[in-house]
Amino acid sequence: MNNKKFLAAVVGLGLVTLSACGSSSDDSESSGSKTVTLVSHDSWAVSKNVLADFEKKSGYKVKVLEDGDAGQAVNKAILTKDNPQGDVFFGVDNTLLSRALDNGLFQSYEAKGADRIKAGYRVDGDKVTPIDTGDICVNYDKAYFTEHKLQPPTSYDDLIKPAYKNLLVTENASTSSPGLGFLLGSAAKYGDDSWQGYWKKLKANGVKVVDGWEQAYNEEFSGSAGGKKAKADRPLVVSYASSPPAEVIYADPKPTTAPTGVAQGTCFRQIEYAGLLSNAANAKGGKALLDFLLTKEFQQDMPLNMFVYPVVNGAQVPAEFTQYGPQAKDPETMDPAKIADNRDDWVKSWTSLVLK
Amino acid sequence: MAVPIAFFAVFFAYPVAAIVARGLETDGTWQFGRITDVLTQPDIRHVLWFTTWQALASTALTLLVALPGAYVFARFDFPGKQILRAVVTVPFVLPTVVVGTAFLALVGRGGLLDELWGVRLDTTVWAILLAHVFFNYAVVVRTVGGLWAQLDPRQEEAARMLGASRLRAWRTVTLPALAPAVAAAALMVFLFTFTSFGVVQILGGPTFSTLEVEIYRQTSEIFDLSTAAVLTLIQFVAVGAVLALHAWSVRRRETALRLVDESVTARRPRGAGEWGLLAGVVGSVAVLLVLPLAVLVQRSLDASGFGYYRALTHSDGGVFLVAPIEAVGNSLEYALAATAIAVVIGGLAAAALTRRDAGRFVRGFDALLMLPLGVSAVTVGFGFLISLDEPPLDLRQSWILVPLAQALVGVPFVVRTMLPVLRAVDHRLREAAAVLGASPWRVWREVDLPMVRRALLIAAGFAFAVSLGEFGATVFIARPDNPTLPVAVARLLGRAGDLNYGQAMALSTILMVVCAVALLVLERLRTDRTGEF
Repeated sequence: MNNKKFLAAVVGLGLVTLSACGSSSDDSESSGSKTVTLVSHDSWAVSKNVLADFEKKSGYKVKVLEDGDAGQAVNKAILTKDNPQGDVFFGVDNTLLSRALDNGLFQSYEAKGADRIKAGYRVDGDKVTPIDTGDICVNYDKAYFTEHKLQPPTSYDDLIKPAYKNLLVTENASTSSPGLGFLLGSAAKYGDDSWQGYWKKLKANGVKVVDGWEQAYNEEFSGSAGGKKAKADRPLVVSYASSPPAEVIYADPKPTTAPTGVAQGTCFRQIEYAGLLSNAANAKGGKALLDFLLTKEFQQDMPLNMFVYPVVNGAQVPAEFTQYGPQAKDPETMDPAKIADNRDDWVKSWTSLVLK
Repeated sequence: MAVPIAFFAVFFAYPVAAIVARGLETDGTWQFGRITDVLTQPDIRHVLWFTTWQALASTALTLLVALPGAYVFARFDFPGKQILRAVVTVPFVLPTVVVGTAFLALVGRGGLLDELWGVRLDTTVWAILLAHVFFNYAVVVRTVGGLWAQLDPRQEEAARMLGASRLRAWRTVTLPALAPAVAAAALMVFLFTFTSFGVVQILGGPTFSTLEVEIYRQTSEIFDLSTAAVLTLIQFVAVGAVLALHAWSVRRRETALRLVDESVTARRPRGAGEWGLLAGVVGSVAVLLVLPLAVLVQRSLDASGFGYYRALTHSDGGVFLVAPIEAVGNSLEYALAATAIAVVIGGLAAAALTRRDAGRFVRGFDALLMLPLGVSAVTVGFGFLISLDEPPLDLRQSWILVPLAQALVGVPFVVRTMLPVLRAVDHRLREAAAVLGASPWRVWREVDLPMVRRALLIAAGFAFAVSLGEFGATVFIARPDNPTLPVAVARLLGRAGDLNYGQAMALSTILMVVCAVALLVLERLRTDRTGEF
C-alpha cells in the first residue's frame, strides 16, 4: 500500500546524504600543476616560514599528507603506486629502502645540490635522495648512575655485564623502528651468526621488551619526564641520539644540562630518503620540492622540528644538539640490500628468542 | 533499506574485498592454498586461541561488573546520576594510547595497587581483562540500562502479588524482557574485545598478541598481504559465526514489551540492601573507571598548575602546523558529521529491520551491519586507499572520509541500541494509526519516534563518542593541518620531552571533558512530550 511512498522517502534521503558526500572532491585537479603534494609519515614537520618561503619562490602550493608511521606510510605508497596520492615521498629509511626500490616506487631524478651531500650518506643510483640522518642509541638516566656511583655503559658489550642487570628496556623489533634498529645494530656488530648469542645473554641479564617507543620511553625509562611521573625504574632505554636535546628543549624552565645522556658505542645509523613517486601527477613540482629539501634553509630547519641531523655540507646544527646529543662518532651501519634480505628472518628468530 | 545497503557496499564491502583480493590473487589466479599454509602455523594458532579466550573472559567479567550498575542506573534516583552516567561513558572514547597509560598508573609498577598491596599486573592477562572492563562498562550500562529503565516495574509487582518470590518474579518477568538487550551488550563487548588492539599492545607487552594485532603487523610492518588477507578472512568467519549465534538466540526471545517512560520507574533507594548495592556500584565505578581517569588529570598538571594547558594554545611549528588546541574543534566537526551519517543510516536500517514484512534476507542484513566492528581498522583503511581512488569516488584526500570511516563503526551501535526498543513497540499501535489514515511516515513520527526517542539519543551519544575517540581509521587520513584529538595525543606522546608528555596528558583530559559534556548535553536533550506513555 504505502510501501512505495516510504521507499521513495528513504531513497530521497539517501541521495541527499550521498550527494553531500560526493560534492567534496579534492581540489588538486582544478588548480592544475600549481599544487605539489608531499606524502610522508607522521613525524614530518617544518617551520611555517621556511615552507612559505619555498612556496613564494617556486610558485607551488605545498600540500602535505601524513600517512601513519614510517612503515605504514611506505607500504601505503607501494600499494597506491599506480595512482599515487602525491608527487614526492619523504621518509623511507635504510631499513625499508630496498622494499621501496624493489617495488618500483620511485622514478629517477637527481636533486640539485646532491653534490653537497656528505660522502657517508650517498646512495647508488638516482631514485632516492638522502635528506636526514639520526642515530638509534641507548640513552641513560644521569641521575641514576650518579646516585649509584656507577659508570654508564658505553658499548654493546657493557650491556650484558652483571653491573647493568635489569636496567635496560628496549622495543619490540617487529613493531617499532628503534627496536628494529637496535637489533640490526647488534647484528652489524656481532655478525650474522653471533648476534643471537648476544641476545641470549642480554635476556639473561634482564632486558625488558615493550611494544613501542612511547611506552619504553615515557613509562619505563626513569630519565624521561613521563618516566619520572610514572616512577619508572629502568635507567637505560633504546631511543635516539637526539632525545637528550629534546629533554632540554621541551622542559620549562630549561635545565642547564640534559638529564639524560647517550651511550656512544650502542648506536645504529638511520638515514631517511625522499624520492619522486613513479606516477607523480606533478613531476615538475615534485622535482622543485626535492631540490628544496636539500637547501641549506630546510636542512638547518630540520633538527628542531624532526630531531634529526642534516646530511649536506655547511648546514649548521643548533647548539642544544652539539652540546647534549652529538652524532655518534662510529655508529653501526648496514647495507639496505642486506637488511632487506635478512630482516624478516632475523625479526622472526629474535621474536622466538627474546619474547617466547 | 536501499540506503544502508548502498552505504555498506561502497564504504565497507568493496574496500575490504579489494584489499583481500590484492593479498590472495596473483596474476589472475586465487591462491587459496595460502589459507591452509597460514592456518597450520603454530604461532597463528596460538594467536587465535588467545584472542578467543581473552574475549570470552573479558565479556564475562564485564557483564559481572556492569549489570549491577545497569540496574542501579535504571531503577534508582540519586543525586549526581546524570553526571555519573556521563562519566562511565568517558572511558569508552579515550584513545587506547591514553587508556594504556592510565592503566599502567593503576596496575603497573609504582601504581596504586603496587603501593597498597605490592600487586603488579602489567604484562599479565589481568591487566588486559581489567582494561576491557574499563572500556566496555558503558556499553552494558547504556544498552541494558536503557531498556531496563523503560520496563514497567508494575509487571514484576503483579507477579509478586500472585505469590512469586522476589527472585522468581525477576526471573520470569524481568529477565526474559531484558534478555535481548543483555545479549546485544554481550555481543558488542565480545566483538570489541575480540578485535582489541591498543589495549593488548600496551598492557600485554609483546608477549600477547590478538588476531587484530597480528593483522596490523602483517600489513603495516612485514607487508605480507596474503597472510594478512587470510587472517582477515579468519576474523570474518569468527565474527560472522558469533553474529549468527546472536541473531538466532535473540530472534527466539524478542517480544513486544510494555514500555513506560523511565522517569516513572526510577525511585530513591529504600532500605539498607538497596543503599548498599548503590554504594557498591559507585565504589566499583570509582576504583575501576574514575581512578585511572584521575591519574591522567593529575599528570596533566605541572608544578605551577596549568602550564601544559597554556602550552597547547601556541603552535611551536614543530609537531603541528596549528596549535594543538585546535584539534578540539576538528574532532567535534568530524564527530558531528559522523554522528549524523550514523544516525541516518543506522536509523533507516533499524526501521527496515523491524518492519513486519521484513524477510529472511533483511534479517540477515542485521548481522552484516555488525561486521565493521569485527574488521580491523588497518584493513578498512588500506582498502579505502586502493579502492576509493578514482572519480567519482576519489575520496582519499577528502575530509568526508574520516566521518565516513567513523560512521562505519557508529552504525552498529545505533542499530543495536534502537532495535530492541523498536521491536518492542506493539505493532497494533502502528496498524491502528494506519487504519485511521496515517501515512507510513506519519505513523513512524507519531508512534515509533516518541517511543524510541530516548534510544535514538543514546545511540547518537554512542556514535558521537565512538567518533571522538576513534583513532585507527582517522590516522590514515589525518592531515597535519587538522589533526583530531586522539591523533594529536598520539603525536605528542611520540616525542621526547617534558612539555610534550604534559601536553599529551592535558589534551587527553580535554578529550575526557569534551566527551563528558557532550554526553551530558545529550542526556538533557528533551523534546516536548508528545507520546502518551
